[in-house]
Amino acid sequence: MDMRTPLGKVRGLGSAKEGTEHFWRQRLTAVANLPLLIFFVFFVARYAGAPHAEIVAALSNPFVAVIMALVVTSALTHMRIGMQVIIEDYVHAEGAKIALLILNTFFAIAIGGLCLFAILKIAFAG
Amino acid sequence: MVELALPKNSQISEGRVWPKPAGATKLREYRVYRWNPDDGKNPRIDTYYIDVDDCGPMVLDGLLYIKNKIDPTLTLRRSCREGICGSCAMNIDGTNTLACTKGMDEVNGAVKVYPLPHMPVVKDLVPDLTNFYAQHRSIEPWLKTVSPTPAKEWRQSHEDRAKLDGLYECILCACCSTSCPSYWWNGDRYLGPAVLLQAYRWLIDSRDEATGERLDNLEDPFRLYRCHTIMNCAQACPKGLNPAKAIGEIKKMLVERRF
Repeated sequence: MDMRTPLGKVRGLGSAKEGTEHFWRQRLTAVANLPLLIFFVFFVARYAGAPHAEIVAALSNPFVAVIMALVVTSALTHMRIGMQVIIEDYVHAEGAKIALLILNTFFAIAIGGLCLFAILKIAFAG
Repeated sequence: MVELALPKNSQISEGRVWPKPAGATKLREYRVYRWNPDDGKNPRIDTYYIDVDDCGPMVLDGLLYIKNKIDPTLTLRRSCREGICGSCAMNIDGTNTLACTKGMDEVNGAVKVYPLPHMPVVKDLVPDLTNFYAQHRSIEPWLKTVSPTPAKEWRQSHEDRAKLDGLYECILCACCSTSCPSYWWNGDRYLGPAVLLQAYRWLIDSRDEATGERLDNLEDPFRLYRCHTIMNCAQACPKGLNPAKAIGEIKKMLVERRF
């Protein structure tokens, strides 16, 4: 039986004194995603169905390669911290929550690593 | 995890249909949530008919008609019957509002009345707001100063006083907090719109000297940042206030003090 006072329960472990960095980063990446993803969508639409060699040549352009790397970094950061909020909202069992938060981070980093490797390989090795 | 279905002991069944008042010409149907902690049964929906010619125009008038003339066991909170005490907050026709300021003519068909959502129920239409009040207490809703207390009063300019408009009117009825999905899922840690609006009321008060500490106590992924700007709070508020805006202002203050 929980005999703590209502105020004691509300105060709990106290304020984490964080969350603003998370809030700010979500807005920052949202602003960055706007032009980056517009570029990405135009690029995909422009080269959809094009021959392999032509796409490789386009992606080897330094400007395109850098923008693509930025798309991956910004979008995956945004995705990771957005998913973190969803997990915190809905998963209340402490163990499952921590496990999912870890998986969320690992997943975003794994996808990011693969994408960046692919971009660099195409840019430098063709 | 989030609860997608009601627990077994909260599932609602059809209740009793009470007899229509004798001799009434104009009737209005009320469907009211009933739950008694003492009978061990699940909640049910009772149906009542009120005599519109013998009753005031507001939903609360209808509920009091039922309590006085049909079924004295119906339990509800009410006090001022004019939208200033916040006691009769309940879910009427699917929206959290005050029964005393909601007109029966604003509701189509049967008047459906439930307690405020996702709160423990004490009995019938009475929710347990213990946690809500403790959360209000936790933001220390009083003037905090360290300067020597002035001989007369803490002075405030007209412009600074105007900043409290749209905040001081909050009557803590809990309509907004109990309409907020974030508060439903995380009400133990998220302070909710009503309490955050009150927190902002003290943050923005020019006489208060504890703004920094107040912000420190709010800066938390759960206490404050569970607000995802769903805006149910602003929609529900029977006083026409905008808690979501107040929360947005708190977030802006927290960003502002970093740069």
